[in-house]
Amino acid sequence: MSGIPIRVELPAHLRTLARIAGHEVALDVPASPTIAAVLDVLEAAYPMLRGTIRDQATRERRAFLRFFACQQDISLDSPDAPLPAAIVSGAEPLIILGAVAGG
Amino acid sequence: MTAIGSKVRLLVGTRKGAFILTADAARKKWQIDGPHFPGWEIYHLKGSPADPNRLYASQSSGWFGQIVQRSDDGGKTWAPVGNNFAYDGVPGTHQWYDGTPHPWEFKRVWHIEPSLTNPDEVYAGVEDAALFHSTDGGQNWAELAGLRTHTTGSAWQPGAGGMCLHTILIDPSDPKRIVIAISAAGAFRTDDGGTTWKPINRGLHSQHIPDPTAEVGHCVHHIAAHPSRPGTLFMQKHWDIMRSDDAGDNWREVSGNLPTDFGFVIDVHAHEPETLYVVPIKSDSEHFVPDGKLRVYRSRTGGNDWEPLTKGLPQSDCYVNVLRDAMAIDRLDSCGVYFGTSGGQVYASADSGDNWNAIVHDLPPVLSVEVQTLA
Repeated sequence: MSGIPIRVELPAHLRTLARIAGHEVALDVPASPTIAAVLDVLEAAYPMLRGTIRDQATRERRAFLRFFACQQDISLDSPDAPLPAAIVSGAEPLIILGAVAGG
Repeated sequence: MTAIGSKVRLLVGTRKGAFILTADAARKKWQIDGPHFPGWEIYHLKGSPADPNRLYASQSSGWFGQIVQRSDDGGKTWAPVGNNFAYDGVPGTHQWYDGTPHPWEFKRVWHIEPSLTNPDEVYAGVEDAALFHSTDGGQNWAELAGLRTHTTGSAWQPGAGGMCLHTILIDPSDPKRIVIAISAAGAFRTDDGGTTWKPINRGLHSQHIPDPTAEVGHCVHHIAAHPSRPGTLFMQKHWDIMRSDDAGDNWREVSGNLPTDFGFVIDVHAHEPETLYVVPIKSDSEHFVPDGKLRVYRSRTGGNDWEPLTKGLPQSDCYVNVLRDAMAIDRLDSCGVYFGTSGGQVYASADSGDNWNAIVHDLPPVLSVEVQTLA
């Protein structure tokens, strides 16, 4: 692998849509991983996820999804900010979480 | 009469998934398959008239947005196709509920209409109102922007359910002629395949808008036509059942003796172009059937004279709604009529509406029903 292996945990509905077995997907992300870079790799590997996590044009996070890393909500961080060391090292997954709401 | 099919396949979209219901021509014993896409809102599914195994489904969610699914085997398996519904250029604004300008924002696909002749060609009606077109089986979508950029577009307002393009009727005798309807802008027609559009609302009268006979602003709920008479259109408006015999250029009211002329669905018998079906609904705020009775009303005279159809339908303590895309007509010799309710029932009649049975009682709230008549 040429990049950095990043673990990503997806909501169940998106795992079903992308036919991903298990709770996590492992992505090979270029150096200096960011949320935007992780999503770029995720959407390239699973094109059916385009538009389900962030808007296809504005690239803004969808309102009812959050990004968690190392017990922190990093949803409001810049998508171009470096991810925490524990995500980069693979010790922790980047968690993409659907809001627990709705009927 | 020659039999034109031996079985039927119902495509049912619900608040929490899609269901496929199949039966032979007797339409007594049904096989229920589903849920497909459990947990997702399925606003609409529809099959290609040119290839009945080609199905399209609109799958959406408040969390994850819009997905379009395609099946090439009659709904046994599905695969997501393109979901990038980007307005052409900078879309500008329409009017919000309070009359202030509001940006055009894509929310979901309400209605999918496959081409009559090409399984890879398909139209999608979306909220906020626009018409999209795909010629590659749904992989890529391009807006037919002449509709949204009509000179009246900036004055369109949403109905209570959103500013949705919910009806797409392709003229079988001239596929470049397409009629669409938007809540609450009204009906529009193109005669050139979608490049230019004109409002076709003359004769509509809507008391809840400032100018009751305005060119646009009417809350059209649904339009239906018989394939053999594409110039004759039947409309369920917010209030009023309307009829046009000149492809929408002029409308006249045919509500006649209905107990209420509010409702959502309207459809036409497969073999009798002057036989119509509606389900009157109590409004403005209740949105359930009147008097606790679920009654389909049938007119065999193209409107005005209506008879209630009640055999097999609950006639007490029933308070369901039937949404605009939730009625369908099969093309078997003995015409089948189907509708789904907000209570999760799907009702079927195999004899033009004289007798009804519930195929299923307990699905999630039904958003849409389509039927395919199969060989």
